[in-house]
Amino acid sequence: MMRLVIWILAGVVLGGIVHLVTVLVLPRTATQDAYMRIEPLTPVNAVAALPTPSPSTATLPFMDPAFAVAVCRYDLSETPLKLTAPVSQAYTSVSFYTRYGVAYYAINDRAAGRRLIELELMTAAQKSRLPDDEEVTAADRLIVESPTLTGLVVLRALSPEPGSMPVARGILAAAQCRPNPLEG
Amino acid sequence: MQSLFGSFFAFVVAAALGLGATWLTLTRGTAFGAVAIGAWTAWPKTGTTEIDPYARAVVARSGRLPLGSGDGVAFEARNDDRGKAFDGRCDVVVSGTTPPARFWTLTLYDPDGRLVANTVNRYGFTSQEIVRRADGSFDIVIAPRARPGNWLPTGGVGRYMLVLRLYDTPVGVATRTERDAPMPAIALRSCP
Repeated sequence: MMRLVIWILAGVVLGGIVHLVTVLVLPRTATQDAYMRIEPLTPVNAVAALPTPSPSTATLPFMDPAFAVAVCRYDLSETPLKLTAPVSQAYTSVSFYTRYGVAYYAINDRAAGRRLIELELMTAAQKSRLPDDEEVTAADRLIVESPTLTGLVVLRALSPEPGSMPVARGILAAAQCRPNPLEG
Repeated sequence: MQSLFGSFFAFVVAAALGLGATWLTLTRGTAFGAVAIGAWTAWPKTGTTEIDPYARAVVARSGRLPLGSGDGVAFEARNDDRGKAFDGRCDVVVSGTTPPARFWTLTLYDPDGRLVANTVNRYGFTSQEIVRRADGSFDIVIAPRARPGNWLPTGGVGRYMLVLRLYDTPVGVATRTERDAPMPAIALRSCP
């Protein structure tokens, strides 16, 4: 009897470990996460529009149908990137996700405070190679540091009513994401 | 021989408990960092780098991208204020006011996050589209058949969920109570 209790206890402890390990490992092994779903639809280091979600087709679950969405799937292993997006009358935002879907930075048009959202994306190593004086003169440069080499930049433009969807899509069509090599 | 059976038994218990707990937490969600106001629940930390491991697993498994905290916050509801799960054959009224935000959208999804087909191709409302009363309050009627005013069709599905997204809002990680974020009421009006 005592022996059975010990085996059950051992099973419970081991079960706890199994639970923690599976939860922690799942993001790395998921085959249908957002990045994997977006990858076949988008080129690397360029902006591509995602189709507007409908009941029969949606790139990702839980997309907001009131928004036009475009994605820049990035790879910083060669050079940093520069991202520019015009802002719409309504609402425009730029969100940054790691390869595993962690939202590490997001900014909207009002926070950016300009007619054009302009951001530089680089890794911590690339940022540390920026010349010192350049950092001083570039106080108004908005630099975003990516924790991973690859990931997703998601641009969203609100269409406040269905009729304004073409305008929102047009705004995103003018957005750019391109390699921006460090000087020197 | 006995220890062989014993360890086999322990492994079976471990697999059942461990995988069962993982499956449960991923399908039901966890309460870590949840902000519950009325029937609405948001997980503001899910849109930050402080996202907890359970939310990360849910995000990876479902394939969604969480709303970044600099963008906005999403509140979900799966039942009305009395706790009754939404049924697409019933009339449900979402009414009152929303927390401060530059824009908000209300969207109806099936439990897997897909939009629900309907005859008028309406899947939600934005804050600019809805018809309001003079004091700014509103009623949105979620019903299988056309209703006057702001009608959000259910397409006659069984279970569904509502997501209210606030864009450019002070509501977020620091929000705790109804006073910070007055969410609209959700009431069941009638059922066939």
